[in-house]
Amino acid sequence: MSDEMKKKPYVVPIGPIHPALKEPVQFLFEMEGEVVKKADFAPGQTHRGIEWMGMRRNPVQIVHLTDRICGICGVTHSLSFARAVEQIVDIEVPARADYIRVIIAELERIQSHLLWAGVAAHELGFDTLFYLAWRVREDSLDVIENITGNRINYGLVQIGGVRRDITPEQHPVIHKCLDGYRDLLGKMLNLFLHDTTISIRCKDTGKLSFEEALHLCTVGPTARASGVVKDVRVDYPYAAYGDLDITPILPSAYGGEINGDVYDRIVVRLLEIEQSIGIIETCLKEMPEGGIIWEPKLPKLLAACKKAHGEAIGRHEAPRGECTHYVAMDGNEAPAMWKVKASSYSNLHSWIPMLEGEQLADVPIIVASIDPCLSCTDRVAVVRGNSSDLLTKEDLHRLSVEKTRRIQGC
Amino acid sequence: MNETILTPQELVDRFMDTFGEAITDPRIVTRAEGAKKNPNTNIWMTIDREILKPVISLLKELYYPHLSVISGWDTGDELRLQYIFSIYYGKPHGEYMVTFTVPLKKTDLSVPTISDLIPGAVFTEREKQEMYGITVVGIPDGRRLFLPEDFPQGVYPLRKDETGIPDSMIKNLWETKRPTDRPAPPVAEKEDTEEKPKEVKSDE
Repeated sequence: MSDEMKKKPYVVPIGPIHPALKEPVQFLFEMEGEVVKKADFAPGQTHRGIEWMGMRRNPVQIVHLTDRICGICGVTHSLSFARAVEQIVDIEVPARADYIRVIIAELERIQSHLLWAGVAAHELGFDTLFYLAWRVREDSLDVIENITGNRINYGLVQIGGVRRDITPEQHPVIHKCLDGYRDLLGKMLNLFLHDTTISIRCKDTGKLSFEEALHLCTVGPTARASGVVKDVRVDYPYAAYGDLDITPILPSAYGGEINGDVYDRIVVRLLEIEQSIGIIETCLKEMPEGGIIWEPKLPKLLAACKKAHGEAIGRHEAPRGECTHYVAMDGNEAPAMWKVKASSYSNLHSWIPMLEGEQLADVPIIVASIDPCLSCTDRVAVVRGNSSDLLTKEDLHRLSVEKTRRIQGC
Repeated sequence: MNETILTPQELVDRFMDTFGEAITDPRIVTRAEGAKKNPNTNIWMTIDREILKPVISLLKELYYPHLSVISGWDTGDELRLQYIFSIYYGKPHGEYMVTFTVPLKKTDLSVPTISDLIPGAVFTEREKQEMYGITVVGIPDGRRLFLPEDFPQGVYPLRKDETGIPDSMIKNLWETKRPTDRPAPPVAEKEDTEEKPKEVKSDE
């Protein structure tokens, strides 16, 4: 009994609130010197029960709830949910709306990847790069605001289409932003991928093998960096993605072999920014004329939803990977079931193989490397031999910065 | 892994031939979006609990399936679990969603774990245990996932029967009063007068 008590890991609550979905998380590491021997984590510190709330609301209300699931993926969840309901109610979305959905989704990918690049640079102690990434990220937020009226919580997607059109006057604004990114991308690639310190810190760090990535059901850039060719936009035609000629980005696109390390995850995300620029330009050029919504009158839309029976799955390739919404409707105002599977949900377990055997100072960049949608290293509990210790995010960040300084020899 | 690619109909036939009457209601749903209307493929099958693992083994023979998530649906009389997979990913426009629905009677809510076939399934199986009160037999890690430690036992948030969230656990934001230590609001708050409209009517 007393042995059992000693072995039982103690729980540190983290939170209480985080803009991401149910994902504030607590880690428990068993250390041997500086090396992580065993890693474990417990998510769900602030589960908001958003699915439960949704099952007591009508689909149009839920669309606006989905906007608020994640602070970064403002369109991911609303698009996935809307696509699921459209399949059940048998709504045909106007082609122009599909193109606008893709444009906003790709702008979201650009701003999300830039945000991540900044976080990664910060975790490595490279704060000038962090400021650069976050400053240029503002341009994409400005364009998103120009299109939707909001920087986050866009409120653009509605069941059956989108709520705002992209007018010809907005095209030059978008093109100007994209041209700016295209000019900047060479610089970003150079700064991230040819910097000796970043290479030393990130190469062979936090490795996830192809088999592990496959068996743990990882998604998005995390899976692609390990060589799993998987991109919902390419594999499964939906919205306007089926009209586009795109291929999934693997680290080998930048030359070199696929290692599945942190460095490869940086390569994939940076190259995806370039891909997104191309997709937006193609969509702006090829966007068909026509309506943007199946039924602008909400009571009519709700009446159609209320009659519907059935179940469907809506998916979207979010910046972090596949997002899945399962919706079942049984002829009531509220859906009978609504299950949200955010992309990080599939990627969290890949932390364990990545972290085990790594140094404590590498924990922040490895944890950040899957681009988790949570305030991950708020606090970490460390067990060294028999004594245990609490490290705050600041302590961990300091360890990481010190390691960078040691490598730089200053 | 087998490199021959089955058409959706061949895939359904393969499963029906192997498992016969244990599979009911196979459906192939396609949906076309965008300007070019390239269709995507969604395959749905309802299966008996007994063949859950053989079905997934067969799916693995075709292609290593990506388990998206296990979902659940409490329809009242039964609990339906949806095992949502995709296969043939990595092939442009070639991916199929394959969803196996497993209906469970409320009197016997147990399913075998599939984590020995697909290690990544543990996460979502843990979530199903705490959210629906099912028992995943043989799960390597049976701890709770999202629910806090002090969450009451025997309450399963996504169930719609008496084991779901009781009214006593629901807090409505509109019921919370305005804090008293704040400056006065720009517009005076309405009085708490539920009976008033009736009184007005009776006066008239």
